[in-house]
Amino acid sequence: MTGNDILSETERAILNQIQSDYPIEARPYLVLAERLGLTETEVLETVRRLRASGVIRRIGGNFSARNLGYTSTLCAARVPEDRLKAFIAEVNQYTGVTHNYLRNHDLNVWFTFIAPSMEEIEKNLAAISEATGVRPIYNLPADKIFKIKVDFQFEE
Amino acid sequence: MKDTKGGTLSPEEKRLIYELSGDLGASARPFKELGQKLGLPEEQILETIRSLINKGYLRRFGATLRHQLSGFTANAMVAWKVEEARVDEAGQALASFKEVTHCYHRPGVPGWPYNLYTMIHGSSEEDCRALAESMSRAADITEYELLFSHEEHKKTSMRYFE
Repeated sequence: MTGNDILSETERAILNQIQSDYPIEARPYLVLAERLGLTETEVLETVRRLRASGVIRRIGGNFSARNLGYTSTLCAARVPEDRLKAFIAEVNQYTGVTHNYLRNHDLNVWFTFIAPSMEEIEKNLAAISEATGVRPIYNLPADKIFKIKVDFQFEE
Repeated sequence: MKDTKGGTLSPEEKRLIYELSGDLGASARPFKELGQKLGLPEEQILETIRSLINKGYLRRFGATLRHQLSGFTANAMVAWKVEEARVDEAGQALASFKEVTHCYHRPGVPGWPYNLYTMIHGSSEEDCRALAESMSRAADITEYELLFSHEEHKKTSMRYFE
């Protein structure tokens, strides 16, 4: 079952627009309606429904951490099964941890960390190791970004 | 929040960035609503957002979807090991695949020598494995690891200038 099957034509058309071409205008849903040949109310109601049903997670900005003066990194650790729950809880309490996944590999816990400086990240990783006994926690900051493309285009 | 961060941003811009890194209201005039919250006119909110985009602070403004509904039910992170001298060439080759959403160079560390990372999306784990194999041929890299995510323990958006 994919979005192409369960979403209506109107829903797919709206979703294709509002991921990257959300109008920065006083009445964004009116602008979308004009682009798509719908009414403002139709667009607004559809967007409300898609949020309520969880298809849309949020509507907001995605910022460049680096340009805002923040540092971001990817971290990974080998965490034994019996310590997983405690380790994940410890890591997730940091607001700068935005993603945390368990992956099928001996290097099993992978999380992203955003903070005002690398020193702060290093300090927090050391504190996590101290609290959980898990070490090392690899700190893998990106040197170069070749691609970021997060929007998904549905068939119309 | 230290003052050194986003040093060239005004206090209004920082407050707006904080709000925009959350979730926009569901009304027909969401920027007016935001302006009321911040005590700023709607037009100033709109102009500031446009300038944040132009200045490269705001990468994208819009809806973020739950990926499960995209039909790409299997996602894998692929870690690649390539000679540092070939990183640019190999990174571009990997990034050129449409199924790749993210491609980064992250220098290897002792105990984990992989230095290129891609997020790939497919309809199944087998699909992802086949894709990684053709990517390895295109980029001429033989050493790589597929890491499928089995459990999501956190997925949120960063709130800046809290």
